[in-house]
Amino acid sequence: MTQRTALLFIVALTIGSASQAASQPLVADMSESSISITSNFTGKNILLFGAVDEASDVVVVVQGPREEMVVRRKARVSGIWMNRRSVTFQGVPAYYAVASNRPLDEIASQTVRAQYRMGGAFLDFAVAASTRHLAGNELIEFREAILRNKRREKLYLDAENSVQFRERLFRTSIVFPATAPEGDYAVRTYLLRDGRVIAEQSTPLQIRKAGFERTVFDLANQQPALYGIIAVLIALASGWLAAALFRRT
Amino acid sequence: MSGEPTLLLCVSQAHNPNSSCSSRSPAFGQGRPAGLPTMQIYFPIAEISLNIFLVLGMGGGVGFLSGLFGVGGGFLMTPLLIFIGVPPAVAVATEANQIVAASVSGVIAHWRRNNVDLKMGLILVIGGFLGSTVGSFLFKLLREIGQIDLVISLSFVLFLGIVGSLMVVESVRLILRSRKGGYRKKAHQHYWAHGLPFKMRFHKSKLYISIIPPILVGFFVGLLAAIMGVGGGFIMIPAMIYLLGMPTSVVVGTSLFQIIFVTANVTLLHSINTQTVDVVLAVLLLAGAVIGAQFGARASGLLRGEQLRALLGIIVLAVCAKLIVDLVFEPSDLFSIGRAIAE
Repeated sequence: MTQRTALLFIVALTIGSASQAASQPLVADMSESSISITSNFTGKNILLFGAVDEASDVVVVVQGPREEMVVRRKARVSGIWMNRRSVTFQGVPAYYAVASNRPLDEIASQTVRAQYRMGGAFLDFAVAASTRHLAGNELIEFREAILRNKRREKLYLDAENSVQFRERLFRTSIVFPATAPEGDYAVRTYLLRDGRVIAEQSTPLQIRKAGFERTVFDLANQQPALYGIIAVLIALASGWLAAALFRRT
Repeated sequence: MSGEPTLLLCVSQAHNPNSSCSSRSPAFGQGRPAGLPTMQIYFPIAEISLNIFLVLGMGGGVGFLSGLFGVGGGFLMTPLLIFIGVPPAVAVATEANQIVAASVSGVIAHWRRNNVDLKMGLILVIGGFLGSTVGSFLFKLLREIGQIDLVISLSFVLFLGIVGSLMVVESVRLILRSRKGGYRKKAHQHYWAHGLPFKMRFHKSKLYISIIPPILVGFFVGLLAAIMGVGGGFIMIPAMIYLLGMPTSVVVGTSLFQIIFVTANVTLLHSINTQTVDVVLAVLLLAGAVIGAQFGARASGLLRGEQLRALLGIIVLAVCAKLIVDLVFEPSDLFSIGRAIAE
């Protein structure tokens, strides 16, 4: 890994000097632009690296595909904890990560951070039309529950101070857990100076199931009846095979 | 097959209740040697990554018990799968698929010993098909309103609690009575089922009863299969003995026969309705389970019926207790999140 990192630094250095010639304030790239979910997938670390033209702050914001999420609150009903109230939110990123070279509140004002979604608190998910009857502070509780649960699942990551500078070169590692869903991810790198965004670079990232995992998943969703029949046949054959094998021994 | 050496050891020591195996049951996928390689595998429908040896070990352990007691093993496997992080809906549907295999290899062993009442089995299957179809749609509905996890847990608590207690009490009574040496089963007991219409003769079970009670038993068990991902043996076997009056020798084989068809139906319906059957997970579980079940079936000859029943009763009560604790204690986070399910 360290060897690869060193290699990437050299690549970054080359990009860096090239960019200086073209006087670009920010250049960034990633070690990979797509992630394949195969049977041995246990999550992935992607290295994001780049160069800036002069000393400044770098903030990286990664957002996964948007989903509709239901948040449920448990309440005690005759001694048992059960789901009672629920709120459905739209446009919740399945994955969200922010990385920066120093604490975000030192880098930019709240207005700027809100505008560029620098920090989970600034994510904008709307309440679905069906559940718009909650008081404001109660709604905040439900909204915070998304952030808290996603953080616990390692799907929302706040990594202040994780962007490391070496002169004009920077790098950071973006961590995707095994539960990161497939879809299109947007990786945005911001260059800030005196609290203002002066350059921005957006890089797409794809997470896709591949190979055997892809085949199984597609069959299950596109031909569910055939999939079910195959599942039953496999089970029947395995059961019979086991009984046949064990009879001889 | 990581579970295999442990299982072999258990079979050879099954007659000794003080053996280390009985206290360190392989059913829970634990107690494996520390140096075992860890190999993660990603499951495409469950969308999580699990240690392959944990999955094989769980399959083997639960399969052993399923062979031993003649139950599908789902009442243990479904909660275990949920405990290791498989989404409950996927756990239920996948376990139904796995039980098909475990039951096939189990029923073959009983078939050879002529312990399957085919006619009774088919009547139970009719009820089971109806029940599992209704259950599958109920499952879909409960999932949409966000109460499926609670219903799964409460169902387990209710049925495991009742059945476990009955088994322990009954077998303790039998063990005590047989020690005195005076117990004998009455040749012809009269059950309420004898008074109902649509009577049919079941030669193998030595019964002449109405088909209504077996159909109802089959229906109820089918309902549970769809909602809880269990074969329902833990309900069906007591029901066959105490409700229908079937001889103990044929209940295990006949219930396995019914379970094959009902769980196959559940697998198909859940595949179509909710796409929650993870075939990769099911294959690994069943690879462990079919092997475990063979050893279990052999070991069952080493223990007496009432001892088996007491042992199963205790396991059932232990799972029940764990579920009650989870329901009653305040969760660390009152809020939970989940992807909205498109209607």
